[in-house]
Amino acid sequence: MNFLNLILNGLSIGGIYALIAVGIVIVFKATRVLNFAYGSLLFVGAYIVARGHEALTFWGALLLAIVVAGALAWAIDRFLCRYVTGREQVLRLAILTLGVDIILVTEMTRRIGVETLSLGTPWGSSVVSVGPISMATSRLLAIVVAAAILIAFLIVIKKTDWGIRMRASSEDPMTSELMGISTRRVSGSVWIVAGVLAAIAAVFIYTFPSPGLQAGAGVIALRAFPAAMLGGLDSIGGAIIGGLAIGVIESLALGYQADLDFLGRGFASLAPYLLLLAVLMWRPHGLFGTRTLERV
Amino acid sequence: MLPAAIKDRALGRRAGLAGGLVVLVLLPYYVDTFWLQLGLFTAAAAVAALGLNLLLGVGGQLSLGHAFFAAVGAFGYTALAAESTEGSAGLGLPPVAAAVLAVLLAGVLGALFTPIASRVRGLFLGVASIALVFLGLHLIRNLEDVTGGSVGRDVPEFAIGNFVFDNEPLDVLGVVFGREEKLWYLALAVLVVAFILARNFVRSSSGRALMAVRDNETMATAMGVRVTIYKAKVLVLSSIYAAAGGVLLALAYQYLTPYPFGLNASIDYLAIIVIGGLARLGGTLIGALIVAGMPLLLERYSQFLPFVGSASESSGITGGEFARYIYGALIVTMIVANLPRDRKVKPPAPGSERPTADNDRPALDGEAHARAT
Repeated sequence: MNFLNLILNGLSIGGIYALIAVGIVIVFKATRVLNFAYGSLLFVGAYIVARGHEALTFWGALLLAIVVAGALAWAIDRFLCRYVTGREQVLRLAILTLGVDIILVTEMTRRIGVETLSLGTPWGSSVVSVGPISMATSRLLAIVVAAAILIAFLIVIKKTDWGIRMRASSEDPMTSELMGISTRRVSGSVWIVAGVLAAIAAVFIYTFPSPGLQAGAGVIALRAFPAAMLGGLDSIGGAIIGGLAIGVIESLALGYQADLDFLGRGFASLAPYLLLLAVLMWRPHGLFGTRTLERV
Repeated sequence: MLPAAIKDRALGRRAGLAGGLVVLVLLPYYVDTFWLQLGLFTAAAAVAALGLNLLLGVGGQLSLGHAFFAAVGAFGYTALAAESTEGSAGLGLPPVAAAVLAVLLAGVLGALFTPIASRVRGLFLGVASIALVFLGLHLIRNLEDVTGGSVGRDVPEFAIGNFVFDNEPLDVLGVVFGREEKLWYLALAVLVVAFILARNFVRSSSGRALMAVRDNETMATAMGVRVTIYKAKVLVLSSIYAAAGGVLLALAYQYLTPYPFGLNASIDYLAIIVIGGLARLGGTLIGALIVAGMPLLLERYSQFLPFVGSASESSGITGGEFARYIYGALIVTMIVANLPRDRKVKPPAPGSERPTADNDRPALDGEAHARAT
């Protein structure tokens, strides 16, 4: 594979990481929850598509997955996170989602067992070639879909009432409440959006060229956490850049595996985290994160 | 002078602890090896989790990299104590020296991570420390000579001087001691020492300084606490604890694979201290029993549980899975119900409240101290 190809592939998978990272970031912005259960939302979405695509067709199953993942995310906020208040709230919320993740991942792993489930995407494993560059259709679609969703999302955030409500309540919850914004409703809707993003991203994470949905596949979502952190955890633009950066780094590390042999086999899975460490050493709150100024 | 009620309670707790310890010491005389094995895994997890509790509960530093340091202890001990053979490296050191060196190595690696830990805070540190776990797994896979790779490697028997903790039958007061019985006493001794040291650390000036840093870093600095040094101190200490737990875990397993040292293990350690209560050392022991002990128990008695089938059946829930549901639900419950609650501290008499500049900041007196004991 040539360099250009690797970059394109990296941007494609990076776009999907960006979708996931945006899901993590908007939830954190609106509700101060670092949602470690996000990986299991992906898992649930992919599982529903995999089990349902024969009976409901792929698109029907995808719709169902979007609805279920959105509802599940909403329920996590409504029935669990909302009751966590008081000291060390942010830390306790993060640990709470770890607990939810344990339950959901165990359930998914048990249901999948030793199988490798296909998601039954209509485009399958076909390949598109333009000149010297050839690319899996799923990868090309991932770029298109990720770009479309992210651009639409940025416009929604900037222009619509919902976007303004969301930004206002994450900026200053108390003042927004006084201005008549229901922060509860905002946080509920943000979680739903995050769930929807998870279900869509799942379709691209667990399809060609990845073998399919397997029991151990929850780990893949962990790549998106460095992406969200890289951008600063409370910056949507940062999450997109972080996602793309992680995707490209991973793709390059995989493509030049032979040259990187001295670093050991499987270095590509380590690369996102090393990139994160390097960036955090330089900027402890990520590239675009809000810095809390403290000077003593 | 302490009020009589507090004195009585302290006395009662001491009596309870002493009684519990007697039961644990006599355990090999009454139960079979399964229970001792369960005890071994619990003790190994408890020692490592005590370290994480010092780091997070007392020091306020979130770490999901604890499994890395446990792996350093486990693989470090194995490589240092094993004889060098065809295809696997080893130094053949006496086991005690190997264990001590492995634990110290983890301390040094912990110190190397301090530049990151002192710059990066909170959730950022939590996610950044995941890097350590992946780094550890990467090294285990690639340093096959030392770690045995993904195939694994035999763990050399522990020995103190000429006394080997092996399966050679040993008659002690009418009961034959095998490997598990001997190791049980080793694990119990390590656990007791680790617990007492941790408790003393929390009550020392370092412990108080760290709690001040946890509750309000700016204020702690203003009070003259050298934040960076204390953060480094507790990180090194917690790495040492993790490695000690790792050595015990290696001895309990007898055969090391990378599997028990992944991100799941880090999350398990976190689960232990959340279930037991942050900054509560006694609770950590209970948490370890639930997180490390319960899966073994449920696997063994799976036929008596509703909905649970044996592992060989394709349908149904295995005991291990059942245990994960329970402790996932426990974490959620503990957090949502805000348990364990802070010990009640008598509020100051009305009117004696001091005005504070910033009411959002947690009060440092009373609450923080009460939480740690």
